[in-house]
Amino acid sequence: MSDSAFAAAFGLVLARDPALVEIVVLSLRVTLSAVVIACAIGLPLGAGLALARFPGRGAVIVLVNALMGLPPVVAGLVLYIVLSRSGPLGDLGLLFTPTAMILAQAVLILPIVTALTRQTVEDLWEEYREQLISLGSSRGRAIPTLLWDARFSLTTAVLAGFGRASAEVGAVLIVGGNIAGYTRTMTTAIALETSRGDLALALGLGIVLLAITLALNAGAYGSAQLGARLAGRGADA
Amino acid sequence: MDRSRIRRTILAAAVALLPFATPGVAQERFITVASTTSTVNSGLFEAILPAFTEETGIGVRVVSQGTGQALETGRRGDADVVFVHSRPAEEQFVAEGYGVARIPVMYNDFVVVGPQADPAGIAGGSDSVAALAAIAQARALFASRGDDSGTHQAEKRLWEAAGVSPEGSWYRETGSGMGTTLNIAAEMPAYALTDRGTWLSFENKADLEILVEGDRRLFNQYGVILVSPERHPHVKADDARAFIDWLVSPEGQGAIAGYTIGGEQLFFPNADEPGA
Repeated sequence: MSDSAFAAAFGLVLARDPALVEIVVLSLRVTLSAVVIACAIGLPLGAGLALARFPGRGAVIVLVNALMGLPPVVAGLVLYIVLSRSGPLGDLGLLFTPTAMILAQAVLILPIVTALTRQTVEDLWEEYREQLISLGSSRGRAIPTLLWDARFSLTTAVLAGFGRASAEVGAVLIVGGNIAGYTRTMTTAIALETSRGDLALALGLGIVLLAITLALNAGAYGSAQLGARLAGRGADA
Repeated sequence: MDRSRIRRTILAAAVALLPFATPGVAQERFITVASTTSTVNSGLFEAILPAFTEETGIGVRVVSQGTGQALETGRRGDADVVFVHSRPAEEQFVAEGYGVARIPVMYNDFVVVGPQADPAGIAGGSDSVAALAAIAQARALFASRGDDSGTHQAEKRLWEAAGVSPEGSWYRETGSGMGTTLNIAAEMPAYALTDRGTWLSFENKADLEILVEGDRRLFNQYGVILVSPERHPHVKADDARAFIDWLVSPEGQGAIAGYTIGGEQLFFPNADEPGA
């Protein structure tokens, strides 16, 4: 079984099957777009939440933390009802499109990016508070500074979001429909091949997905290391 | 802190990620078809759709669901065409005004599969109702779709004919598609009702084999319905009609008849059969 799965995985990669390439490209496009959207909102939101003081802040933090556990199938279903032709945004005709899948994954990982950013920035703020205040920086002004200083720690938040998005199947299956050549991603293809009983091919696809995730994480880690070293050298000079 | 460097980094990251955020190039002219796992998992659409798309320039996006869910997708207006197999549910869909008309396309048949050991002793028979009664009598494991699909509805009709209300620890509802249910049945092992197309293309049969087949009650008719453009004005009625017309044309019917797995024909076109 596992032998034939590895054989299937190598066969898929070696053959450069155009259908597989299409699936991989779509998976990356959907997931990375979702990560970009979630970061554009989640990083400033998380930092703001770390510094802002308002009544009910504790409740908001608990809510954001809890939403990290939002089940993908629930996120998918809610978005399905919203985007359906019979739903409030039906006129956009977005159901069963890659855009719907991007939205679903962005909704899923926004709480993860926000919550992890909040924690990271809050810790950093405690550390630098005196300094920044003595320099005359207001809390609002401090946000970009803190995000920039925390950038290497924040890669973990971004990677956690990426991991969640690339691994999930429940949400993209519901709002994307697993349409061949259009909304079929790695995870929905794995689900389909499993239901066809072709377990070796399904596991082969799983191995390819894991290899891609590994490569992306290695790339992110490597560039963070390199960036940290360069930044360190810049500070010395 | 160097603000211009921050700005440059952010800009570079945004530019690098831009290709991923833009919508991809997709076929502009297309219809959406809500169909069943049996037609998609068996590979039928992959085999016949390219000919239609080449001839007409209309892409066909197939969403595979159970019959119940596919009809619901049509009701909500999220598909232009519904292509399913449960005549009573299809006729109700049309009667409620969600569909224009139900048109018969093809049939295949259901078979009862089960473990070679055959604890209920049903092998070789062709009476599906007697076979299910024997399974219930023996309290042998039976894996049911339990998902309101066309296959599940057919199964429920057979239990009713056998005078059995299936319940108890021997009756397992998987709540899943046909392939997943067969995976579960192979593992238990359990008896199951499956359409022949999914069975022939299924690759994890393990110990399972066909035990009962050839019963007229196991006949599995597929129908195609245009979702009502009156109810849902955005339905692409012209292109959807072109697809339905092609399915029942000699060419479409020939493509369906020509699809085989291991030399065995999976679906039998019968658009010209009255009352199908």
